[in-house]
Amino acid sequence: MAEQKILLILLCLTFFSYYISKNKVKNLQNATNNKLNSLSNYYGYFVVICSALPAFILLAFWSFLENSLITMAVVSEFSEISSLPKDELSLVLNKITAIAENSALAQDYNQSLYIKAADLITKYQINNSYLKTITVFLVFIIGFLLSYTKIGAKFTARKKVEKTIIFFLMLSALIAILTTAGIIFSVLFESIAFFKQIPFFDFILGTHWSPQIAIREDQISSSGGFGAVPLFWGTILISLIAIIVAAPLVLISAIYLSEYASVKFKNIAKPVLEILAGIPTVVYGFFAAITIGPFMKNIADKLNQFGINFDIHLFADFTISSESAIAAGLVMGMMIMPFILSLSDDVISAVPNSLREASTAIGATKSETIWRVIFPAALPGIISSILLAISRAIGETMIVLMAAGIAANLTINPFDAVTTVTTQIVVLLTGDQEFDSVKTLSAFALALGLFIITLIFNIIALKIVRKYREQYE
Amino acid sequence: MNNAEIIKSTLKKRYAKETRFKFFGIFAITLSFLFLFIFLFDITSKSIPAFTQTYIKLDIEFLAEDMTLDEKDEYLEEEIFQASYNKIIRDAIFNLFPEVVDRNEKRVLMKMVSAGAKYDLRDLLIENKNYIKETKQIWFIADDDIDSLFKGLIDKDLPEERRRVKNNQITWVDKLQAENRIKKKFNINFLTKGDSREPEQAGILGAVIGSFYTMLVTLALSFPIAVSAAIYLEEFAPKNNWLVDLIEININNLAAVPSIVFGILGLAIYINLFGIPRSAALTGGLVLSLMTLPTIIIATRAALKSVPPSIREAALAVGASKMQMIFHHVLPLAMPSILTGSIIGMAQALGETAPLLMIGMVAFVADIPQGIMDTATVLPVQIFIWSDSPERGFIALTSAAIVALLVFLFFMNLVAIILRKKFQKRW
Repeated sequence: MAEQKILLILLCLTFFSYYISKNKVKNLQNATNNKLNSLSNYYGYFVVICSALPAFILLAFWSFLENSLITMAVVSEFSEISSLPKDELSLVLNKITAIAENSALAQDYNQSLYIKAADLITKYQINNSYLKTITVFLVFIIGFLLSYTKIGAKFTARKKVEKTIIFFLMLSALIAILTTAGIIFSVLFESIAFFKQIPFFDFILGTHWSPQIAIREDQISSSGGFGAVPLFWGTILISLIAIIVAAPLVLISAIYLSEYASVKFKNIAKPVLEILAGIPTVVYGFFAAITIGPFMKNIADKLNQFGINFDIHLFADFTISSESAIAAGLVMGMMIMPFILSLSDDVISAVPNSLREASTAIGATKSETIWRVIFPAALPGIISSILLAISRAIGETMIVLMAAGIAANLTINPFDAVTTVTTQIVVLLTGDQEFDSVKTLSAFALALGLFIITLIFNIIALKIVRKYREQYE
Repeated sequence: MNNAEIIKSTLKKRYAKETRFKFFGIFAITLSFLFLFIFLFDITSKSIPAFTQTYIKLDIEFLAEDMTLDEKDEYLEEEIFQASYNKIIRDAIFNLFPEVVDRNEKRVLMKMVSAGAKYDLRDLLIENKNYIKETKQIWFIADDDIDSLFKGLIDKDLPEERRRVKNNQITWVDKLQAENRIKKKFNINFLTKGDSREPEQAGILGAVIGSFYTMLVTLALSFPIAVSAAIYLEEFAPKNNWLVDLIEININNLAAVPSIVFGILGLAIYINLFGIPRSAALTGGLVLSLMTLPTIIIATRAALKSVPPSIREAALAVGASKMQMIFHHVLPLAMPSILTGSIIGMAQALGETAPLLMIGMVAFVADIPQGIMDTATVLPVQIFIWSDSPERGFIALTSAAIVALLVFLFFMNLVAIILRKKFQKRW
């Protein structure tokens, strides 16, 4: 409640300071007949930037940090509490804050220590809110006085205001870097912690994945439960199926649309197929799990009856389940279709008409022109669009989570259930787990691998596109 | 043989090839359309049963003693709230089927109506206190198995042990039907309730509200930040500056980072480092806004670029500063395209599931969230949770929730298209 009152008063003060600053320069102008350097409202903005902005920023930071600082101070006061182990500490702290918020609860916890700590928290909180209010308003008033006395007819208010705005625009742009840094830090540190416990090569070359089997603390984790090869293989298998399904179909469609179809048909067909791009992946996942999965199981059953046995597994037992790599791969192929379509359509259309005309002029049919002239010319762009699609497929989570299963099989049988990197990340990190167990840490190592692989694919794809563009422009 | 003869002799073959290739093209396009059609048709047709719900009419005797209420004339709301409704519902069912005496059969019989029936009855009684001591005919929501049976979704020809609905239940339903005590009504629960373990009691309202709050946070954060970033990069950033180049590379890469990695960022930084509550709409919005940023930045930059230099020069010529030129002239003219890009970015965020699983939005939430700090789930995650549930009734519910999600997305895209058609200027 206190914050809301401070906020309201601050807002009123902000408007007030804006108007009196504006009036000050206006009166100055009228009195001395001097031309102002900037429009009068810029003087108002300047004073607001000097007074209200620091006050608001201070208020935000203070409110964000105060609770953790207060608890830290209280904990350090009581040696009985600060000596507790980490997980117990948070439990005790929860109890203490509950008492501090509602003193009626004190009867439930008949421990004088908790009550003492809670009292201290309340005391600190009251002191803190006084201190916060006074500091925030002090900052506002100092800023106001300094800037208000400074403004005059010669003062370059607009330039200063615009500089501040540019600074904030730049700050917004920096968030992109911050996000990447955040991603790298959040996966890197946990991954390093993971590789301290599991050797790097056990992870990257091991063929056995069973992290759900709890590892005792004193056990040397040489059992090889963290071999990531089956996961990466599952990812590759499903992406391969997706590409084999989608790429030829979409490429021929794209060629047809850009070379044969009438403009009218193309203008209808392309947006209709791009509907597929707007459908959330969880919907594809549901379709894969409920419709395609059982359908594929039926097909596999039928094939088995006719004696075509898909029993070509390497390590796993052969079972036909409704969760299969092929169901996930087929639907994944559907998902990446519009992606390849719009990208490859762009590159095919970008092939200069002079090439088409030259080929036609020497007597080639349309299909010969397409296969011998246009396709080779567009090939780099097509390859890069396929690479981008593969990177999409590798990072896709929902379809594989819902349709591919969680059994880590190292198999080349597409009717078998496989698991993927993304699925395992979800399985390992959903639900309640202690944050520093090897099991949880392994998810971060997987995420690091995923991040690096998709990054490499994207960089290669962008490189190819850039190189190709230089050819014709 | 001269060249002309060679060409002539192969001409037929080449033309055949040409026709064949054209046919392949048509075939591929048709196949793609077929996929799309099957996909949408499958989901829509699966969703149809979820829009109706089976109700059973029971004659409820509101006997005060059976409801553990004291005998008196006036009851407080609190008393009615705490009364027991199990017995009067049970008695009403048993009265309909006096022939059932076996204890096990009776237990199955009791489960004809939904487990949530007592709460519905309680709410009804709070509204109509005068019902007490009277006998009323009331429609109750049927159990999800009975619902599937009545809708004809269960194959009665299967052997009994492979069916979820047993033979005696089928005869009971037939009897109810003969007495006109069972019928289908519009499934109002689907639109007005939160999640539930019982398919017949579950609705999407909680998830829709959760999605709304999450999108609100996403929009409030990503739109201003992305537009500011784009203005800086497009208008003010110095050329050949390493920092600016780094920002550009980062934006392009972030657009291609797998969504689940953003979820991990949310888990490690927002929840574990900053201590923002798990499963809250705020956390979801924070994660999704990071994902939406590149989309909006790229759209805004394209929009700013498309404003012709003549506008800029005219503004500068009458004495505007660069900042005034951008904020008074360029930005308003670019706004329709910026909004279009933002709506498309928001539509993507609305369908995003995987990163939200990471930050705990997959929890079972029966209540409807009241604010951005409440535990919430969103529509796509609700779809995921339901699709994982074993009860048959959830398949139809999941499909119906998908249809609802697709309708939302459709309207968002429609608004984007209209904005583009109506306000976007071609210079």
